[in-house]
Amino acid sequence: MDSKTKSKQPKTSQVETRPKLDSKSQSFKLQAKNVDVFYGDFQAIDDISLNILENSITAFIGPSGCGKSTFLRLFNRMNDYIDGFNMNGNILLDNKDIYDPDVKVEQLRKTVGMVFQKPNPFPKSIYENVAYGLRIQGIKDEELIESRVIKSLKQATLYSEIEGNMEKQALALSGGQQQRLCIARALAVKPSVLLMDEPTSALDPISSGKIEDLITELKKEFTIVIVTHNMQQAGRVSDNTAFLYMGNLVEYGDTQKIFTNPEKDRTQNYITGRFG
Amino acid sequence: MNRAKINRLKDKAFKYVGLFASVVGIVILSIFIGFVIYMGVERLSWDFLVKLPSRIAANSGIYSAWMGTVWIMVFTTLISFPLGVGAGIYLEEYGNKNRWSSFLEINISNLASVPSIIYGLLGLGLFVRMMHLGNSILAGALTLSLLILPIIIVSTREAIKAVPNSIRDASNALGASKWQTIWHQVLPASFGGILTGVILALSRAVGETAPLIVVGALVYVPFAPQSPLDEFTVLPVQIFNWVTRPQQEFIINAAAAIIVLLGITFIMNGIAVYLRNKWQNKMQL
Repeated sequence: MDSKTKSKQPKTSQVETRPKLDSKSQSFKLQAKNVDVFYGDFQAIDDISLNILENSITAFIGPSGCGKSTFLRLFNRMNDYIDGFNMNGNILLDNKDIYDPDVKVEQLRKTVGMVFQKPNPFPKSIYENVAYGLRIQGIKDEELIESRVIKSLKQATLYSEIEGNMEKQALALSGGQQQRLCIARALAVKPSVLLMDEPTSALDPISSGKIEDLITELKKEFTIVIVTHNMQQAGRVSDNTAFLYMGNLVEYGDTQKIFTNPEKDRTQNYITGRFG
Repeated sequence: MNRAKINRLKDKAFKYVGLFASVVGIVILSIFIGFVIYMGVERLSWDFLVKLPSRIAANSGIYSAWMGTVWIMVFTTLISFPLGVGAGIYLEEYGNKNRWSSFLEINISNLASVPSIIYGLLGLGLFVRMMHLGNSILAGALTLSLLILPIIIVSTREAIKAVPNSIRDASNALGASKWQTIWHQVLPASFGGILTGVILALSRAVGETAPLIVVGALVYVPFAPQSPLDEFTVLPVQIFNWVTRPQQEFIINAAAAIIVLLGITFIMNGIAVYLRNKWQNKMQL
């Protein structure tokens, strides 16, 4: 098992050899290859390579400012708007580089959905929130929209709570409901990957629990990448865990193994709460 | 005296200074408005609104003046709204944030404080003479548009800045193009603020006299304008004309016209407040 020893050593193979993640027979949904990210002069990500399996849940953990959100936002190119953003390396989705000049970023984001840290519903009705992604694609068929809206709300386990109230203002929902609405909104455009940036950090434990259940449920249809500050959450929901520290990938592998028997002392120290 | 007592005294003193300051403003304004209404209200009548100006004060009306004001305001709105809001959107959403843009920003704010007579001279040179528009409604409206563009641009930018980035992120992450995000999310969320700025700018334009006199608004217009290329007068110019006459009757006419002008600006400000509240409530729900 050669997990990535930092710096100096020449990069060996693109596909990393790691438990579960090295199998040739499995296709990787997402791949990062030697990715560096700079904001102006500041290097936020330092030469990270990692593979993500289809229909798996991958957690990014690490202390604040370690670059995990930046890394997550590479997969749907949300960093593109940030002043001074610059990157090297490749990000592949289904073996295609998403930073190729001929890739349409709007198209990419229909495939790679995102849920943010704070629930951010639009100041519109619940129905219109979920329908928005379809409307901007130019879909006019109201029956199709309605069926997709209902299906997405059901997938996000929100439908039973708001049935018959879909014309209500989305901002009148509770925080946890708003976050599930945001998940439903992301699902409505039928993505295959769902990126979640600390989706429960602004929520109470009960709402967080519902979202965690939902995430586990969604794994059947989607590839999920989740950034979290909550160690227990990473342990509960994810299949694989990546520990990032100061822009470096310290350790990446099976969640069970990372949490019970990590290879690096730094991972051990972080997970047991000795720093971070 | 101990500290606490001194502080309490200071507290009280400041309260009364503040009260005095507010009262001075309100009282002087009320006296002014009351005086104008007292003088002019007897002259206010339907006839006054629909009659043309005349050499005989009692036969005079402000028909051509308020028609001119309406024409001017309609064209000023048509010109300044799309230009100002468009520029605001560009600077806030598309323009790169660099030294050039902050230079631009400072200068737009500076333009907002340039004396209006300067805009009048610019209008005279550019629209009346170079573009051969003559002293027409169009030339006047273009001049006033220049005058209020900086205000509209600044207030549009402020309104757009107030839209939380999380909304833009949410829209972008769903695959919306930049324009779709602006059109479907940013503009609806900031529209109350934008409208408020536009209306306040327009209500400033309603009262402008100097630039229109320079551009060539006539003081005596015995006809209502029929097209944007007609000559014109506006309410403030008509008022200016009347108050310079020695006869008392014309002064009374002026007071009545002031009431009408004040009414127009109050209504416009009222609309601005109403729209702001309506949109704010919509956003907060």
